[in-house]
Amino acid sequence: MRKLIEGSMAVSESVRLCRPHVIAAYPITPQTHIVEFLSQMVADGDLKSEFINVESEFGAASVVLGASAVGARAYSATTSQGLLLMSEVIYNIAGMRLPLVITIANRSVSAPISIWNDHSDVVVLRDSGLITLFAENAQELMDIHPQAYKIAENPEVSLPVSVNMDGFILTHAFEPVEMLDQKFVDEFLPPFEPVHKLDVENPITMGLLAEPTWYMETRYKLKETMEDAIPIIENVAEEFKEKTGRWFGGLIDTYRMEDAEIAIVGMGSLIGTLKDVVDTLRTKGEKVGVLKIRSFRPFPKEKIREICSEINQLVVFDKSYSLGLGTILQEELRACFYRQKHQPLVSGFVVGLGGRDIPPQSIIDCYNETKGKEILDEFVDINEEAVGRR
Amino acid sequence: MAETTKKRKPKPPVTESLLTSGHRACAGCGESLGAKLVIDAAGPNTIVTTCTGCLEVFSTPYPESAWRVPWIHSLFENSSAVAAGVEAGLKALGKKEGINVIAQGGDGGTADIGIGCLSGMLERNHEVLYVCYDNEAYMNTGVQRSGLTPFDTHTTTSPSGKKSFGNQHPKKPLLEIVAAHNIPYATSATVGYPADLQLKVKKALKEKGATFIHLHVPCPLGWVYNTELTIEIARLAVQTGLFPLVEFKWGKVTRVRKITRERKPVEEYLKHQGRYRHLFASEEGKKEIKKIQAIADANIEKYGLV
Amino acid sequence: MSKPILITVGPGTSKVNKTGAWRTLMPVFKHDKCNDCRICVTVCPDACIFGQNNVYNANLDYCKGCGICAHECPVDDIEMVLEAK
Repeated sequence: MRKLIEGSMAVSESVRLCRPHVIAAYPITPQTHIVEFLSQMVADGDLKSEFINVESEFGAASVVLGASAVGARAYSATTSQGLLLMSEVIYNIAGMRLPLVITIANRSVSAPISIWNDHSDVVVLRDSGLITLFAENAQELMDIHPQAYKIAENPEVSLPVSVNMDGFILTHAFEPVEMLDQKFVDEFLPPFEPVHKLDVENPITMGLLAEPTWYMETRYKLKETMEDAIPIIENVAEEFKEKTGRWFGGLIDTYRMEDAEIAIVGMGSLIGTLKDVVDTLRTKGEKVGVLKIRSFRPFPKEKIREICSEINQLVVFDKSYSLGLGTILQEELRACFYRQKHQPLVSGFVVGLGGRDIPPQSIIDCYNETKGKEILDEFVDINEEAVGRR
Repeated sequence: MAETTKKRKPKPPVTESLLTSGHRACAGCGESLGAKLVIDAAGPNTIVTTCTGCLEVFSTPYPESAWRVPWIHSLFENSSAVAAGVEAGLKALGKKEGINVIAQGGDGGTADIGIGCLSGMLERNHEVLYVCYDNEAYMNTGVQRSGLTPFDTHTTTSPSGKKSFGNQHPKKPLLEIVAAHNIPYATSATVGYPADLQLKVKKALKEKGATFIHLHVPCPLGWVYNTELTIEIARLAVQTGLFPLVEFKWGKVTRVRKITRERKPVEEYLKHQGRYRHLFASEEGKKEIKKIQAIADANIEKYGLV
Repeated sequence: MSKPILITVGPGTSKVNKTGAWRTLMPVFKHDKCNDCRICVTVCPDACIFGQNNVYNANLDYCKGCGICAHECPVDDIEMVLEAK
């Protein structure tokens, strides 16, 4: 059944169908609608879940950690400041190999305080062992949550997974969505069978102290697991496509890349804009396509190198910047091609920080400016006079 | 012990504790004693969460664990929230019946960095017993001052010196703060009276809501005393009025342990402990002892302990 | 999980650690005046006193020699002695 729904409702509906046992979340703009819809579903008896009104995001993450540790399927959602407050616990959840799905309504990080969209929140956790997937639109949000649980709960993975959606742009916009139904999700996503759990029948100790003789091995195992997750993310998406016919990518997705010479790269809702830009540029004879990075962590180096084997240049549009280093996606892609047989040029543009609008013409202008020429760390559409560049 | 002519049933052989030997607590550690008493009173159908601190570190250095019940350590400040998640998860799975959930933390993890999560867990009345092991400083990191460090106590971040008698702030009224959440049961207890502690654990675990035990546990290293005195010093804290034993139900005091016949002046308690030796070293120090006596007197008056 | 992840352990694995090596004083249980009160068992922080029927002993593999049992025994049936090794 096709419905016109708010992006947040697509998330809530999708999560409801995944039958989480415990939901703990703390309100923060622009995630609020997700948790409000879920609590209404619980209140109406449409969702049998323990909904815990926690005292902070730190509390929320800790509660879902405890729930996951006893073998309950748990869910949380947050953004920006809330995610940073949770960060200590996310490292803990990943390190303790507990599955979790958390939806992040990407929002920029204080200071200055801003409630609008960019990716600077989730990139803070890129080293933590949190599998990080970016969704492009409301349909993908409906489709991705059962996949996220399937990846998280896979016994070869057993890690937290974040589903990232651009705050306001996706949370608060209404889009037509083909709804999943309970029967499908029950079949696609079987009940949670934990790898380890707290159980009086079989007592174990979780969260021990690791002295120098043991710590490195646990990190090695996490590294191994992130690598093992790569084919699993792809296979889960493939399975979903087989059963529904819908595909938004596995690790990556491509649009008009078959004969492209230049790839325009982005994550999240920006992909929609980039596809429109590529259509426009194609009418002008440009051989250009879109490379969508769907799995930011684990970063799919092999897949990207494979897709870009005939590409001369990547033009990256990123909504985050690593102060003191450079545009994050740009730097990761440059590293991806370093010392490879084929090394395309990589250019990087910083766009949309703090929710600044990204008009298609701006993308086109950047493309025209950088075609054939390397441009790095360029902040797009900023007030040149205000920053003293003019 | 009075002899009886009635034949008593022989006690069964002593069995292994649920917090077993081989852990790395200091000899004579009050916290290890307290934790053993708590978990043995609770029994094997118990899931335990614990904050970072002495108890966690000495009982679970990988791959050694002294715990024989399911046990989890997450972070410094969140054992209460993790326990809330454990309880909610068990309820959602239909598996909570007959399973105790105990959250544990030190004075720092409970009253300072963990007070937010604790307050949330209490306010939502999760069926969790929280035990605060109060050894009156951040012992695991080297005896630094916490919100429950008593007045005039020497710690490494509130040392006594030429211009100071140590910590100048009174003990945060943790038990009162917890009781003010109107939970079914909140009480103080001490390893000085082990049987009383174990009765209180069993009492708390019968409640269908949040419960709390503020457990006084002397620390031979941080308090600086001979290891065999752990229980005696804990008893003296009660007998001087410095650590009152008070039970609250739904926010109201329901029972206190009176010290009418065993009341002692605070010197009897302070003199054993190196962390207070600066008070006995000068005339000004002895004046400070009077201030500590005033704190004891105020407790005694407030709770009617004599 | 097909590959071990080294992140949890089973119950009571601490027993490999023989903390008895720490002590200088050692409890001697005389078994003279013991009245089976089991206060020693209750107050041992390392849960290493075992026995039955007025005969109790510390498991010397683990006893750290803290002396609490001797100090609390109501009939003075335990004595702490310097351990000769």
